[in-house]
Amino acid sequence: MTPSQARRPTAWVGVLTFLVLAATWYALTTLTHTISPGRFPAPGETWDALRQIAITGYADARLHEHILHSVKLVLLGFAAATLVGVPLGLAMGASRAFEAFINPSFLLIRPIPPLAWIPLAIVWLGLGDAAKVLIIWFAAFVPAVINSYSGVRAIEPHLLEAARTLGVPRTMFVREVLIPGALPMIFTGLRLSLQACWTTLVAGELIGAIAGLGHVLYQASLDIFPAMIVVGMAAVAVTGAAMTALLGAVERRAMPWRAR
Amino acid sequence: MSAAAVSNGLPFRRWLTLSVAGFVAFFAIWWLIAASGLVQRQFLPTPPEVIEKFVALTQSPFVGYTLQQHLASSFGRFASGFGLAVLIGVPLGLLMGWFRWLDAIVTPLFDALRFVAPIAWVPFAALWFGTGIGGPMLIIFSGAFPPCVINAYRGAKFVEPRFIEAAQTLGASHFRMITEVLLPASIPSIVAGLRISAGLGWQSLVGAELIVASSGIGYLLVKGQANISTSIVMSGMIAIGIVGFAIDALLRVLERRINARRGIAG
Repeated sequence: MTPSQARRPTAWVGVLTFLVLAATWYALTTLTHTISPGRFPAPGETWDALRQIAITGYADARLHEHILHSVKLVLLGFAAATLVGVPLGLAMGASRAFEAFINPSFLLIRPIPPLAWIPLAIVWLGLGDAAKVLIIWFAAFVPAVINSYSGVRAIEPHLLEAARTLGVPRTMFVREVLIPGALPMIFTGLRLSLQACWTTLVAGELIGAIAGLGHVLYQASLDIFPAMIVVGMAAVAVTGAAMTALLGAVERRAMPWRAR
Repeated sequence: MSAAAVSNGLPFRRWLTLSVAGFVAFFAIWWLIAASGLVQRQFLPTPPEVIEKFVALTQSPFVGYTLQQHLASSFGRFASGFGLAVLIGVPLGLLMGWFRWLDAIVTPLFDALRFVAPIAWVPFAALWFGTGIGGPMLIIFSGAFPPCVINAYRGAKFVEPRFIEAAQTLGASHFRMITEVLLPASIPSIVAGLRISAGLGWQSLVGAELIVASSGIGYLLVKGQANISTSIVMSGMIAIGIVGFAIDALLRVLERRINARRGIAG
């Protein structure tokens, strides 16, 4: 049985499920009013809300501006955390002494979830973008370090021994053995942390922000505007999925030897 | 540093010295920055000041409750949201692993919903269930639910086919197949999922309480932030870290016990 043969009936059931669900949604809201519009919007209202935010704007900006604002902050914090976290993790993986020295600080910080940094970031930096970037930095930093570290530890010992026997100089060792060897784990870590970053940013923006998707959700819940809440949630989901897919593409490019 | 350092262990003495030095360095740097006056005390208290505040919070109430009472109400929300996620998620995952049609129906829905960050449920949680226990519960549930389903499903999918065939040959019903073959065989996978799920649930709880709650540890953080009291915020963060760590440690013990028992039995 080829995969396509196995998948075809399943895909149809999936499409059918969404159709039935859409029909149920329409029937419960627009047709019978079983669910009141104050609780959950009808399809038409949701469409209108989407048009409103996309064309005239909502919560001080249009949809693509909110999305760009959020994505920009996530990428900034994510990049900063990767730049600091990956080298730190690699160094911890390569040197037991360095690991022993850094690990205690790490053990103290690690159990604190990224979301719990939000109030501290707001006290320190206010409601602006700097606080958001700091929060995202915290969300991405710990996974970046841990996975780079485990990536180095997962390199097969005989590769390391071979490099040592051949007397490979240090820079070459880092570039040719350490980084490529740890790269699969590093990317796994980055993918996990990108999702954590996205969640964290939405939370940060819900608590206090002047723009961004979390701000849209916040404004919509203040206005008791369920249709806009649905649009905001969908935008969060689609943007998050798109960023994860993009990172997957980068991953395949960075590791052509693993390409399937 | 060379390749040798990676494969060589460190002598215990040296490891201990370095670890203690690292531990001391962490607090020393913090203390130095706080004491130097570079940053205002209000924004960065010294470690003893934070500990003092932490102890004070356990004795005198802040925004209505003491630290323990806040933690207790947080933990109640966490336990109910997490419990609900386990009670619905694990059976659903097992059923999906057994009935193909259910898998085909639920998986696309599940994949679509998974990308909605748990925190994005906050507006609906508040709108539908209020800020007492219902709203936060929905958010914890949406954080803790996916790992329960995924791990139960994976566990059920990777049961050795000969067990299933044997049970089928002996005429096991669907119910017995799930409860007596799939469930026991997927326990290790389920327990691993519970750990992930509890971690995500606890995080989501903190997020939920920052936004929709009128008590709890997250609420304490927000109020500390509103009062611009860094020492209260830090005390809350420490409490969150300790409880999160304790939950994980508890589940890790459970995981190890179960795996050890299986190791002996199997």
